[in-house]
Amino acid sequence: MNAVVSVQRNVRMTLRVNGEDFDALFAPYKTLLEVLREDLDLTGTKHGCELGECGACAVLLDGEPVLACLVLAVECEGRSIETVEGLARGSELHPLQSAFADLGGTQCGYCTPGILMTAKALLDREPDPGRERIREAISGNLCRCTGYQQIYESIEEGARRMREQSQ
Amino acid sequence: MNARTKFSVIGKPRRRVDARSKVTGLTRFADDLVLPRMLHAKLLRSPHPHARIDSIDTSRAERHPGVHLVLTGKDFPVSFGIMPVSQDEYPLAPERVRYVGDPLAAVIAKDEQTAAEAVELIEVKYAPLLTIATPEEALAHPEARIHEYGENGNIHRNQAYEFGDVDEALAESDHVFEDLFFFQGNTHLPIEQHASLAAVDGEGKLTLWSSTQVPHYIHRALARALQMPAAHIRVIACPNGGGFGGKCDLHNHEIVVSRAAIRLGRPVKICLTREEVFYMHRGRHPVLMKFRTGVNKDGKITGMHLQTLLDGGGYGSYGPASTFYTGVLQPVTYELPRYKFEACRVFTNKPACGPKRGHGTPQPRFGQEVQLDKIAERLRIDPAVLRLNMVAKPNSLTANWLRIGTIGLAECIREVVRISGWNEKHRKLPEGRGVGIACSAYMSGAGLPIYWNKMPHSGVQLLLDRSGQVTVFCGATEIGQGSDDVLAAIVAEVLGIDAYDVRCMTGDTGLTPIDLGSYSSRVTVMMGNAAIQAAENLREMLAEAAAEHLEVLPDRIVLAQGRAFLADDPGRGIDFRAAVELAETKHGTLGSVGSYTPPRPPARYKGGGVGPSPAYSYTACVVEVEVDPSTGWITVPKVWIAHDIGRSINPVSVRGQVEGSVYMGLGEALMEEQVFRRLPPKLSNALVHRIPSLLEYKSLTSLDMPEVETVLIEDPDPNCPFGAKEVGQGPLLPVMPAVANAVWDAIGVRIDEVPITPDKVLEALEKKAKGENPRVGPEHFPAVPYPEPIFVAPPWEGGDGNAQKPPRRAKEAVTS
Ligand code: FES
Ligand code: FES
Repeated sequence: MNAVVSVQRNVRMTLRVNGEDFDALFAPYKTLLEVLREDLDLTGTKHGCELGECGACAVLLDGEPVLACLVLAVECEGRSIETVEGLARGSELHPLQSAFADLGGTQCGYCTPGILMTAKALLDREPDPGRERIREAISGNLCRCTGYQQIYESIEEGARRMREQSQ
Repeated sequence: MNARTKFSVIGKPRRRVDARSKVTGLTRFADDLVLPRMLHAKLLRSPHPHARIDSIDTSRAERHPGVHLVLTGKDFPVSFGIMPVSQDEYPLAPERVRYVGDPLAAVIAKDEQTAAEAVELIEVKYAPLLTIATPEEALAHPEARIHEYGENGNIHRNQAYEFGDVDEALAESDHVFEDLFFFQGNTHLPIEQHASLAAVDGEGKLTLWSSTQVPHYIHRALARALQMPAAHIRVIACPNGGGFGGKCDLHNHEIVVSRAAIRLGRPVKICLTREEVFYMHRGRHPVLMKFRTGVNKDGKITGMHLQTLLDGGGYGSYGPASTFYTGVLQPVTYELPRYKFEACRVFTNKPACGPKRGHGTPQPRFGQEVQLDKIAERLRIDPAVLRLNMVAKPNSLTANWLRIGTIGLAECIREVVRISGWNEKHRKLPEGRGVGIACSAYMSGAGLPIYWNKMPHSGVQLLLDRSGQVTVFCGATEIGQGSDDVLAAIVAEVLGIDAYDVRCMTGDTGLTPIDLGSYSSRVTVMMGNAAIQAAENLREMLAEAAAEHLEVLPDRIVLAQGRAFLADDPGRGIDFRAAVELAETKHGTLGSVGSYTPPRPPARYKGGGVGPSPAYSYTACVVEVEVDPSTGWITVPKVWIAHDIGRSINPVSVRGQVEGSVYMGLGEALMEEQVFRRLPPKLSNALVHRIPSLLEYKSLTSLDMPEVETVLIEDPDPNCPFGAKEVGQGPLLPVMPAVANAVWDAIGVRIDEVPITPDKVLEALEKKAKGENPRVGPEHFPAVPYPEPIFVAPPWEGGDGNAQKPPRRAKEAVTS
């Protein structure tokens, strides 16, 4: 077997994450997940497989949920990236966050950032989705702790709080 | 304190204290940690299930640019293992690999990519040995012996106990039911992959941050593995992204990064890939079971003889305990006058099995609950009534000398029967739909630690100071179950403050008093009792100081709502901070400790230390299923479950634990299986994991998860903090058998094994159509050379808890 010679030239680009521009220098093979966590210190985004199977790494790319482990960071130049770190306004929690905290939507918390982002994408589009829509929307996010029921309730309550806020 | 009934924190649905940091992504899991100059490790794992290592050449890997260190077995001369009786692993295998995935070398490099590249450059010559793939093969082939220790050949543990003459009981019974069951292995699958970071500080001492449920056990085992004084090692358990028992062993990678950090003087991190997590495993043992149960016409059990055969995989791990647990908790649920259990664990060339949620008890619980369904069917007794009539008695001893305290099982059964509409559904739903019921019991903490000592199982320390801040220290570990919240809630309740005003410092062997860890559902009871003791000590100091100030006797002082005031004159009082200042003035620096040691178990026979617990929780569950006869597909529209919690500390978390258990139980019942296959001979014929990916290892998604209706039965147990029993594991146990029983009710076939997959349903339906026994399950139980049983007379037969000579047996009652 031959030695794999790693002479990859790093790329430099500006990534817009949570409305903030980051000047980043990274190897071109790196996924968005890796760049967020390793180069931008945004470790709120989690990983459970790095193969697109668990949903823990879900972030929003131009408002759409994507699995950050399946997206190359180089594809994200000039696009809007949203992560869990961008949800709260200062120290005020996003309504989804406060609902998850209040209603048991988070236990170990490991799946939580991915589910929050997926739920946010849903609620941004459909402010009052039914239980079935919620179940479908998060069906790509595995949670090993909760049995999902308190997650649905948290999303429903988060939606209610969001509607209240926007009134 | 336990006698109180009015609380301000306990029992109130609350946002748990760590929720905010979880929803903001600020919780720092092990892989989120970064230290300056940190390096990364990767392990080389064996592609062979069983082989001698003839040589390892690391020279090319060492020369690879960016590589700092390559480690092999010779860097780790000392074996390790989590239990004192299973020191059978090496951090990196020196001479022999025992399963595909067994690590034998490690590369530490500037980044993960470089380390992974260099791992590929290590050249190993293996001499393959005979692969032992199944327990039957293990019994048939004492050679090649996987380990040089154990009972003999490839038998790791082999034991037998008999509590009263079971053959006699069966001979005198109206009916004897004999059934075989198989419970397939499955794995924990925490969404967080295991990660560890080791660093050496300025004093040359080691710190290991790790995804572990048991920092104290890791601390002890690591000191031995590294041959370093424990005082120079600090283990910090990061919050776990789920554990379920999968983070209870000392793992190879934890020792490897520790050694590497010491060697290099730089921080070293590793995060396992998902595939590696599957191969590391330590999950549910596959268990083959044989039940012979004597029953009288009224449905009461007269005696039970249980035989189990555990597929242990390549190492000991917690296996000695797992072996016991396939038998010892059986008598806790129902009255069982006589009981015999024989258990055998064998080594095979697969990833080692260990503790997974319910540790060793879901398997026999599945068998017994399905057998009870068959008994009810034959005797024409409603399965719920059958169970209700023989619920174990509170404040009693079991046949195997376990002391049971409070029992809420009858209440649980009545509740699930009521809310599920059982009486309108059972035997009455249209073909293809059915309901099943099952019950269970589980311990609230193991009565003995995994290494012999008489010290406390949990210690809590409290610090207060004049700023009014309250900090609580405890070795307990937050794995998602909410242990920090329980700790804060208990301290807050006693001191009369808000749970969010308590700072929890947990799971850090360098700072916190020892708690044995998050396993065996022990934390609420053991940590909770220690916390009450510590907080009560401080409460007294505060009350004394406040009383002096208010010029009354201390017993008139109440601490509540952030104040210290007179019970009979609430207007007269001072705020909490003022009380702390006065107490600090009076007593000096304010601190206190609390400890908890479980009660001494009544059993005196050898092995009687496994099974005792301060309290047992009880659960009853009804599952409804719809079975599609053309595809065999099982849909679960709804689950009803009632759990005897004693008292809820935080009902939001309790419900979450129950529903999470139902979720995991349904996964085990319907789809989850950790199984192995042979690679084609032209590749290597190796025994590999069939499906080491999250996509292929099927688990329930939100679309599969049914609605769950949960009822909590609150009957406070005097041994428990505020009466609170466990909830993390017990509610999982009845789910699998309830599904199997519902399938019977729906389509009249018996699937006597889990998972109950569509192919098995179709096979059983086919048999049914042909007029054959409509059953899929194990057909025979191999001849296991169990030892002579240790005989102990049950308490009601004049025993004293000691082993004694077995009675002379009536010849004709002895069956083969
Ligand atoms: S880490 Fe991206 S889907 Fe699992
Ligand atoms: S809360 Fe633990 S995986 Fe979802």
